[in-house]
Amino acid sequence: MTYAIEAEGLVKRFKETTALAGVDLGARRGSVLGLLGPNGAGKTTAVRIFATLLRPDAGRAHVAGHDVVRDAGVVRALVGLTGQYAAVDENLTGTENLLLIGRLLGLPRREARARGSELLERFQLTDAAGRAVKTYSGGMRRRLDLAASLVGRPSILFLDEPTTGLDPHSRGELWDLLRGLVADGATALLTTQYLNEADVLADDIVVIDKGRVIAEGTPDQLKSQVGGQVLELRPVLAQDLARVHALVAGAAGPRTQIEGETVTAPVQDPELMPTVVRTLDREGIAIGELALRRSSLDEVFLALTGHRAEPGEPEGNGGATVRDEGELQKAVNRT
Amino acid sequence: MTATTVTAPLTGSGRVPPLAGLQQTFTMAWRSLVAVKHNPLELVDYSITPIMFVFLFTYVLGGQMAGSPEAYLKYALPGIIVQNTLFMTMYTAMALNTDLTKGVFDRLRSLPIARSAPLIGRITADLAKHVWALLLMIGLGLLLGFRVTGGFGGFLLGTLLVVVFAAAVSWGAVLIGMLAGDAEKVQAFAFTIIFPITFTSSAFVVVDTMPGWLQAWSDVNPVTHLSDAFRGLLLGGPVAEPVLWSLVWAAGIALVFYPLAMRAYRAKT
Repeated sequence: MTYAIEAEGLVKRFKETTALAGVDLGARRGSVLGLLGPNGAGKTTAVRIFATLLRPDAGRAHVAGHDVVRDAGVVRALVGLTGQYAAVDENLTGTENLLLIGRLLGLPRREARARGSELLERFQLTDAAGRAVKTYSGGMRRRLDLAASLVGRPSILFLDEPTTGLDPHSRGELWDLLRGLVADGATALLTTQYLNEADVLADDIVVIDKGRVIAEGTPDQLKSQVGGQVLELRPVLAQDLARVHALVAGAAGPRTQIEGETVTAPVQDPELMPTVVRTLDREGIAIGELALRRSSLDEVFLALTGHRAEPGEPEGNGGATVRDEGELQKAVNRT
Repeated sequence: MTATTVTAPLTGSGRVPPLAGLQQTFTMAWRSLVAVKHNPLELVDYSITPIMFVFLFTYVLGGQMAGSPEAYLKYALPGIIVQNTLFMTMYTAMALNTDLTKGVFDRLRSLPIARSAPLIGRITADLAKHVWALLLMIGLGLLLGFRVTGGFGGFLLGTLLVVVFAAAVSWGAVLIGMLAGDAEKVQAFAFTIIFPITFTSSAFVVVDTMPGWLQAWSDVNPVTHLSDAFRGLLLGGPVAEPVLWSLVWAAGIALVFYPLAMRAYRAKT
């Protein structure tokens, strides 16, 4: 087996919507595969199929060589799942949550306790171990949730948007933990809306949109494919917007866009910025703001698919996304 | 994390052996009970509310209904206990609904455990809480002048009957817990069903003063049968008919709701 996690032609439909429309992917043993896509792209559906929570309508999924439908019980014994939100019992303490999982996995009471305190230590939750989880911060809950998925020492991990909704500090902490796990030899499938997260953690990335794989490769390959940077210009006078757009498009190509009062363009050529500055200077157009920034996921999507991520969806440029319970419920219902 | 350790007891085919399933059920029941420690509000649900019901019915309504609080308590206590038991089944629905919406069931289902363990474990723990509330109410009743004239055997059989009935109704609660969008809806739904059913029975009053059409309903109302049976067992007296009807109702409720609840559970988790 070269692949620890593998899917062929995975299809899943929910009533009128097609969540997965024939997805192929593979994660090499000991590697991290980043599954990147906006909300509703089918990431969670794919993870739920791998974690035996959903049956595919067509296609096959294998985990460590076991079919997730036929050998669901065996697969469950091999994988750890961390969902989009912390699936821990709020009314139990950190210790009790891990004890619960350990006991369910058949560990004797003492071993389950030992395993629990070992994980609490590793995830810096020892001080909070005796407190009910409802007193935990969002970051602590995620860490406990991750710890809970590790009680059975799974060799394969499914991490479904493990950092969504976390502040940048907690996100950084979780990244460090995930890197540690992978360094220990686990194979992981990580879904994320954040390009930089996939960049930091994944060996390979599969980009999906509307249930289809639209790109794959190493983070570097993908970035060079879509252009790593974006040029942003805001003319002082709003009536110059159209002229600025036309001039920039002449240098940067057809993906130049007007967004509100700014013109944005993907940067493929390092000469673009000086060229644009010279041109605008020659034309005598006053520019209020000019900036080079990294591509947001939105722009990666624009580049890959020709359309933007769904309007109203959180933009995946690294900012924390706060989700309320209602939205979570919708996400649950959708998947 | 280099070595793969399959800790879960699985047979070759990946099935969970029955003994391991039983152990997992007990673990899940433990989880439901230990949670009370950190959620004192649950103690209110299972202790304060029942105590309040006994006091209110006895001292507010007692004199008007039966001439004296003690006389009314003798009639009403079994009915109050039955009503409280039915209300408490909705905590089962709410807890399951919370597990479902918070993703706890996802985590549990991704583990190599018996599919039914989370469900049966929850119901088992909640039945223990039913017994706790029942004992609390009987104990308070004894302090206020209630006497179990049916003997210890009658008390045991009566308690068993109430628990069996509650177990049957729990499957209805499971169904509601699986179908409701959130825990508040569970509560609203429960109140609209349980309130009228308990009040149109013989739980709190002798049905003779009700209009004829209502009497016709209350004569077949399962709460009437269960209240009469429980009252008869606690106080002593002929109970064969209401006990039989209570069991028939319990069986009927279980037969209808068990398959529906299991189907909803399998669909949702």
